[in-house]
Amino acid sequence: MFLAILAGFLLAFAAPMLYRWLGKWVFVPMALLPFSIFVYLLTLAPAVLNGQNLGELQAWAPSLNINLHFFLDGLSLLFALLITGFGTLIMLYAGGYLKGHPLLGRFYLYLALFMTAMLGLVLAGNIISVFVFWELTSISSYLLIGFGHDKESSRSSALQALLVTGLGGLALMGGMILLGLAGESYTLSELLERGDLVRNHALYLPALVLLLLGAFTKSAQFPFHFWLPNAMAAPTPVSAYLHSATMVKAGVYLLARLTPVMGGTDEWQYTLMLVGGVTTVLGALLATQHTDLKAILAYTTISALGLLVTMTGIGTAPALEAMVVFLLAHALYKGTFFLVAGNVDHATGTRDLTQLSGLSGTMRYTATAALLAGMSMAGLLPFFGFIGKELLYEATLQESPFRWLLFAVSFFSGMVFVAVAIALGFGIFWQRSTRPTPLQHPDKPLLYLPPVILACTGLVFGLLPGFFVTPLLRRAAEAMLGVEQVFELALWHGFNLVLGLSLLTVLLGYVVYRYSNKLLSYASRFNGLYRLGPANLYQLGLNGFLTGATKITATIQNGYLRSYIAAIITAFIALVVLSLSRGGPRLELANRLPELTQLRLYEVVLLMMIIPALIFLFKSRSRLTSIAIMGIIGYSVALFYILFGAPDVAATQLLIETLTVVIFVLILHKLPAFTYLSHASERYKYVLLSLAFGAVMTYVILIVKQYPLDSQLKAYYGQSSYLLGQGRNIVNVILVDFRALDTLGEIVVLAVAAIGIMAMLKLRMQKGDKP
Amino acid sequence: MELILPFLIGILFSASLYLILHRHFFKLILGLILFGLATNLFLFVIGRLTRGGSAIIGPEEKVATEPFADPVPQALLLTAIVIGFGIQAFAIVLIKRVYQSFGTNDLDDMNTTDQIEEKH
Repeated sequence: MFLAILAGFLLAFAAPMLYRWLGKWVFVPMALLPFSIFVYLLTLAPAVLNGQNLGELQAWAPSLNINLHFFLDGLSLLFALLITGFGTLIMLYAGGYLKGHPLLGRFYLYLALFMTAMLGLVLAGNIISVFVFWELTSISSYLLIGFGHDKESSRSSALQALLVTGLGGLALMGGMILLGLAGESYTLSELLERGDLVRNHALYLPALVLLLLGAFTKSAQFPFHFWLPNAMAAPTPVSAYLHSATMVKAGVYLLARLTPVMGGTDEWQYTLMLVGGVTTVLGALLATQHTDLKAILAYTTISALGLLVTMTGIGTAPALEAMVVFLLAHALYKGTFFLVAGNVDHATGTRDLTQLSGLSGTMRYTATAALLAGMSMAGLLPFFGFIGKELLYEATLQESPFRWLLFAVSFFSGMVFVAVAIALGFGIFWQRSTRPTPLQHPDKPLLYLPPVILACTGLVFGLLPGFFVTPLLRRAAEAMLGVEQVFELALWHGFNLVLGLSLLTVLLGYVVYRYSNKLLSYASRFNGLYRLGPANLYQLGLNGFLTGATKITATIQNGYLRSYIAAIITAFIALVVLSLSRGGPRLELANRLPELTQLRLYEVVLLMMIIPALIFLFKSRSRLTSIAIMGIIGYSVALFYILFGAPDVAATQLLIETLTVVIFVLILHKLPAFTYLSHASERYKYVLLSLAFGAVMTYVILIVKQYPLDSQLKAYYGQSSYLLGQGRNIVNVILVDFRALDTLGEIVVLAVAAIGIMAMLKLRMQKGDKP
Repeated sequence: MELILPFLIGILFSASLYLILHRHFFKLILGLILFGLATNLFLFVIGRLTRGGSAIIGPEEKVATEPFADPVPQALLLTAIVIGFGIQAFAIVLIKRVYQSFGTNDLDDMNTTDQIEEKH
C-alpha cells in the first residue's frame, strides 16, 4: 500500500515530463497507474472479504507516535476501489477532454496528486496521516478548480473552496488531536476498539464539534454547501472525479470511519440527521432552480451527500447498509452524468438545459450512457440505483420518532432525482426535436467510453448484486457497525410498501419534470433569500478580513522607524513594570546611602564631564561640535573603565572612539548642512518615553546590585588562566584562548561590515541614481 | 559610586533613546553610538565594580588573588565595543551614501521604497 501511494506521487510529478515525451498519449501511463493499483487492491480483496484487516507500518515520526500506518478493511477497500477504478476512467477521459491543451501535463500532475492523496486518505491507519492526506486533497482540489487560471471566476472559486475546506481542515486537525488525547492513541485500529472510552471522555464534545466541522465543510453540508457549485468552474473530469465521486465523499468517509468511535450518542445522531436532512432538502430544491447541467448535478450531489450524512446519523444497521449501497450507486450514476455533461459541453459548446435537444441522433453512445445512468438515478428496475433507493426508504421507515420526517426528506430528494434524471437522461437526448442542437465535433471514443463503462457497471451491479458487491458492502457496513453483517442485496423484494413508494416517487418525479419550467420561474423570487445565504456571509467575511488586515498592517507597518522603536521600548517598559508589580523584588535604597560617602574626587569629575556634555549635545546645532562632544563622552566612559580595573576595555574604547571621530570628520563634508527637523507635537511624547526608559534601566541595575553575584566563572578564570592558558592577562586569555571561536566570529562580523563599507564607498552609481 | 553610576547609565539611555527617536539620520547615528556606550556601561556595572585590582595575574603568582576585577564582563565588553564600532562605521558610511543617492537625511522621506523610486 505504501508503494502504491509512493508510486502515485512519483508519477504525479513525472506527468509534465511524460507529456513532453508522449504528447497526447500521456493518458496511457496516467491511466495505467490507477488501474494497476485497482488490480492490486482486488488481489487484496479476498482477504478483506474474509474479515481480515490488513495493516502496514512505516515509521515516520515514532517519537510523536505518528506513523505512516496503512489500514485496509471493508470500508477503506470500498473507497479505494472507487477511487482507483474511477481514477482510471477519469484519466482516460481527461486525455480526450483536454486533448491538445498546452497545460495537459500540469493537469495530470494535479489529478494524479489528488488521486494519490485521496487514496492515502482512505488507506491511512493513523489519524494524523488522515489529516495530512486530507489537506493534500484540499490543496490539489484548489489547483484543479483553478486550472483555468486565466479566468477570474475560477480563481475565486478555487480560493473559496480552499478557504472553506481549509478551515474545515484546521478544525479537523484540532478534532483529531483531541480524539487522540481522549482515546490515548492516534492509531485507527486501536481507536476503533476504544469507542466507550472516547464517548465518555470530557473531550468528546469538543472533538466531535471539530471533527464534524471538518467533515461538513469537505462534504459540502449546509451551511458550507456553497463552495461546491462554484467548484464546477473546474474542467469536467475534475468535477466528475473530485466533486461527485471522491473528494466530497471524504467527509462521509470520515464520519463512517469514526462511527464506531464517536457514533451512537445523541449529539452525533441529532446533529447528523439535522444537518444532513437540511442539506438534502436544500440541495434538491436548488437543483430545480438551475438550467446549467453542471449546476444541477452539483446541487443533486449536495442533496445526495446530505442523504448519506443523514443515514450515517441514523446509525442503525439498515441505515448504514443503505448508506454504503447508495454511496456506490450514486458514485456510478452521478459520475456518468458528469462525464455526459462534459461530453455535451465539449461537443455543442453549451451546458444550458434549455438550449439542448435531440442529441441522441448525433451522440448515440453518450446518449445511451445518459439513459442508463438516468434510469439508475431514477431508481428504476433493474439498476443498482433501484436497490439503493429501496434500502433508503426501508431505513428511514424503521421505528423511530422521526420516521415520517426522515422519510419525507428522502422522498422529496428522490422525487427531484427522478425529475433531474428524466431531464438529463431523456429530455436532452431522446425527446423528439425538430431542431437538434448542432455539434461542433462528433462523439469521440475516449470521451464516450468512460461514461458507458460506468453506466454499464451500474446495470451489472443491479442485475448481479450477489457477486462481489454484496460481500464488499457487507464488510464496509461492518466496519461502521463493528458487528458482523449478513444482509443480502436483492433486486426484487416482492410487492410491498417500499416498492409502492418507489413507484409513487417516479410518478411524482415525472410530474415535477413536466412542470419544471414553472418551478424555474420561481427562481427569481428566491433572490432575496440568497442575499442572506452563507455564500454572501462568506463574501462579507472574506472582504472584512482583507480590509481589516490591510488596516492593521498600515497601522503597524507604517514605515516610520521611530514608531517601531517606540513600540519596542514601550513593550519592554510595560513588561518590566508588570513583572515588578507582581511581587518582584523591592528596592531598598535607605541602608545603602552611606556608600555615597566613598565617592572619590576623580569620579565626581568624570560625572561632571558627562552630564554637561549631554546637555551641550542637545543644544548644539553644529555637527562638528556634536561629534566632538561624542568624543568627550566616549573618553570619559573609557576613564571609568580604567578606574574600575578594566585597562583593556579602556584601551579599546579609546581607540574606537578616536576612529569613530576620524571617520565622522572624513565623511562630514559630504553631508548637507544640519537642519533641525522638528516634530513638536510628538516631541513631548518621546521625551516622556525616553525618561521612562532611562528610569527603568536605572531601577533594574539598582535591583540587580542588591543581590550578590553568584558566578563561579570569575574564580575559574582566575585559577586557570595562567595554569591552562599560559597568560597573565585574564581578559586576553579568555578572548584568544578560552573563547577563541567567539573572537573569530567577531572578526568575521567586522570583516563583513568592512566589505559592506567598501561596497558602499566604491560602488559606482547605477543608472537613475543621482551622482 | 555604586549608587551614582546606575543613574548615570539611566541618563545616558534616556538621552540616546531620545536621539534615536529623531527624524534626522545624523541624530539617529549619534543616538546609536550613545546607546552602545550606555549598554556597555550597563553590562560593566551589572558585572560588579572592583576598585583597583585589574584582571591581571601578578608576575610572581600562578593564580589571581583578590581583589581582582571580574574578567568575564570585560571580555564581553571588548567584543561588544568592537562589534559596535563595526555597526557605527557602517551606519556613518550609509548616511553619506543615502544622502548622495536620495538627497535627504530625513528618515520620514525614506519610509517606503516606492516613494524613493518616485523621486527619480
